[in-house]
Amino acid sequence: MKELAKDPYNIIITGVGGQGNVTASRMLAGMLVSKGYSVTIGETFGASQRGGSVMSHVRVSKQGAWSPQIPKGKADLVVSLEPSEAVKVLAVYGNPNTQSLSNDRPIYPVRVIAGDDRYPDMDEIRATIEGLTSRSFMIPATGEALKLGNPVFQNVIMIGAVGGMDVLPITGEDFRAELGRKMSKDKAAVNLKAYEIGKSLVRG
Amino acid sequence: MSDLLDTTEGAQHLFMGNESIARGALEAGVSVAAGYPGTPSSEIIERLAGIAGKRNLYVEWAVNEKVATEIAAAASFSGLRSICTMKQNGIHVASDFLLHLTGTGVRGGMVVAVCEDPGALSSQNEADARFFAKMLEVPLIEPGDFQEAKDMLKWAVELSEELKTFIIFRSVTRMSHASGNVRIGKLPDTKPAAYYNCKGPLLDFATGPMITGPGAVGFARTVQQGRLKRAIELFETSPFNSYAGPEKPELLVVTSSACSLYSKEAVDIMGIGDRVGILKLGTTWPLPPNLVKSRLASTEKVLVVEEPQDFMEENLKILAAECVTEVGAKTFFGKKSGHIPSQGELSPDLVVSALKTILAVAYEPVPQDYAARMFSAMFKTPGRELTFCPGCPHRASFLSIHNALALDDRDGFVCGDVGCYGIGVLPAGFSTVKTNFSMGSGLGLATGFGKLTQFGMTQPVLAVCGDSTFFHAVMPALVDAVHHKADVTLVVLDNSGTAMTGFQPHPGLTKDAMGFTSPPIDIEAVCRAMGAEVAVSDPFDVPATEKTLLTMIKKPGAKVVILRQICALSPEKRAKKKYDMSVDSSLCIGEECGCNRMCTRILRCPGIFWDSENKTAKIDEVICAGCGVCASICPSGAIRKAEVA
Repeated sequence: MKELAKDPYNIIITGVGGQGNVTASRMLAGMLVSKGYSVTIGETFGASQRGGSVMSHVRVSKQGAWSPQIPKGKADLVVSLEPSEAVKVLAVYGNPNTQSLSNDRPIYPVRVIAGDDRYPDMDEIRATIEGLTSRSFMIPATGEALKLGNPVFQNVIMIGAVGGMDVLPITGEDFRAELGRKMSKDKAAVNLKAYEIGKSLVRG
Repeated sequence: MSDLLDTTEGAQHLFMGNESIARGALEAGVSVAAGYPGTPSSEIIERLAGIAGKRNLYVEWAVNEKVATEIAAAASFSGLRSICTMKQNGIHVASDFLLHLTGTGVRGGMVVAVCEDPGALSSQNEADARFFAKMLEVPLIEPGDFQEAKDMLKWAVELSEELKTFIIFRSVTRMSHASGNVRIGKLPDTKPAAYYNCKGPLLDFATGPMITGPGAVGFARTVQQGRLKRAIELFETSPFNSYAGPEKPELLVVTSSACSLYSKEAVDIMGIGDRVGILKLGTTWPLPPNLVKSRLASTEKVLVVEEPQDFMEENLKILAAECVTEVGAKTFFGKKSGHIPSQGELSPDLVVSALKTILAVAYEPVPQDYAARMFSAMFKTPGRELTFCPGCPHRASFLSIHNALALDDRDGFVCGDVGCYGIGVLPAGFSTVKTNFSMGSGLGLATGFGKLTQFGMTQPVLAVCGDSTFFHAVMPALVDAVHHKADVTLVVLDNSGTAMTGFQPHPGLTKDAMGFTSPPIDIEAVCRAMGAEVAVSDPFDVPATEKTLLTMIKKPGAKVVILRQICALSPEKRAKKKYDMSVDSSLCIGEECGCNRMCTRILRCPGIFWDSENKTAKIDEVICAGCGVCASICPSGAIRKAEVA
């Protein structure tokens, strides 16, 4: 993708507090700003980070700042670090053209851990996501991150997968440049590897 | 190098609103910055502290918001430019000093930046700080986007210096914690020289003592009201007030702050830009009457879009009444009419729904069949209750407090206050916290309860507070408790930092905001010096902590138990497991055990879950932080901990 598919292009990155939403949204936004786009990010942190659902709304535009909250039904892409959170976000912000990318590893809410509530079957989650999107992927980002030695790489794997979906004007080169700006050299190699893994997971 | 220090004028950076505010302070030549951490304000001081050495700044995390404003005012009195920061609750703490400060005014530019949290996303209340501007008779400004957050902060400092009054600069979560492109300006070459001139006569606030007193009140208020009049003149032509839309709109939206972005978005997605005009105000107190009048004259209907209270709406109505003969009667829509909610955070969708009703426009974001699928999807996922992080010492502390109170068996309870430990009201904290109010109020209330024995009260009373809160507002309450011999046990949940807001240092630590070595104030020694009996325990040692608590609860008078264990998210501890945890499923007999699945049903740590297929508890190795607490409560010894090499 050379240009934005629409303006503003609306991305929601979601997950559970502590999964690294903020880092993921900042990294993606950094790549887009360096390419001359205006990016508006809306996010919540603080209390909601303590085991609650978290969202970053990322809006990419050539025109300037937009509302830090995306209106209902206006997400173009939903990136979810946790499968049930993808459903939660699509149920409010999705529309028939929305695409989604989700990690396949559940984080159980405390009420599920305690046995007071039920976590849906993965097949049920998949079917619900498919019913609300025009194109969707579910990838083992945490599993692949563990193979790289640390679950924290799941975020970069997800960003790599976004790159692989070819929905945004970003390339592996842009990611390399972003790493150069934000990270020390010794950390860059493994992150680049994580990015490529993510990309290959959606390109099959 | 930090983007905050970039000297390339005109360069664009992605700044969080708070970073933009910090950059604005640098561009204004601010020398002194002080604040107390509070979401969503904390990053302003954090970012300035990070670059203090490079710009010869003095930046501090003050012990509380009142002291922070005093630190900033001292700089101003000495001719320097300054800023102090706080969340919405903070201005309530600082307001006594601020009320006095309107009696003298300031010298160097001084800005009070209040970052509010409409919708209380990370707060215990909503509060509209804008009313303080009216109450204190000081100018108020509100940025409408990320660029303005920088530009208006810089302007606020200059305006303050010109008018000789402090300015309230008001931001909100969706401004402070949102991010956007910001074009940077020039960093000035400042050579501040601090000198407090107090040699002049009384009531000469340019050269004399800065004092408030009974004889000076009338004079001081007259001067301050004159400053407000001058502010109005400047606000009439301010570029931060702008109008977009048709010359004679069917409906005029008057808005400010993040709400201006919501309003713009709503008009845009509904495609009604030819019918609706938006007057975005950056100077919201005092309102510029001529500007507002000219816009009121162009329409019959006005919708006020603001949060969380109806501050502008009230003031606009007063203005409209005053000029009714010039502009004619208007119909106002907003919170009073019920078109805009009177509580909670606004959003583009809420503005859409107001516009739909007022203008009778049809708008549906998605087709009906899709909306039906959305609706059914909403009920397919479990909700997420707030909980303590895996490895959080508070979970262990509350477990011990809960158990000690149960063993004590006199219906004891806990008074809490602000911080992560507020979760103690929920099952995650075993529902032990039974009152939860403002900073330090846990001990104040507990002291009150602890004096009710003469009226037959027999319940033991505990208070919990964090280490940062201890310094902020608990110390005076402890003086009260000891001096009045209240029967109360204060539990200090000392996790070595202001954890909730992101590990800002506090006076108990050895480093200050700028990273300099500081003499730590020892909580234990302070409590002993006040005359309280003190015990210290590691909350991860559950049996010992339980025993200590039980012993102390039973003693008369004011006692302190310090439960010391670093926060699991602290930079020193994060992602470093002490133990590798595992469950020996041959020993975990689940429902047969009689433990009521203590590890999953009671402890409810996200790091251990019930594997219902295999009928055993299981560690989630991605989430587990390796604190070892679950091993110490498992009666079958099925949970194993192995020290990580």
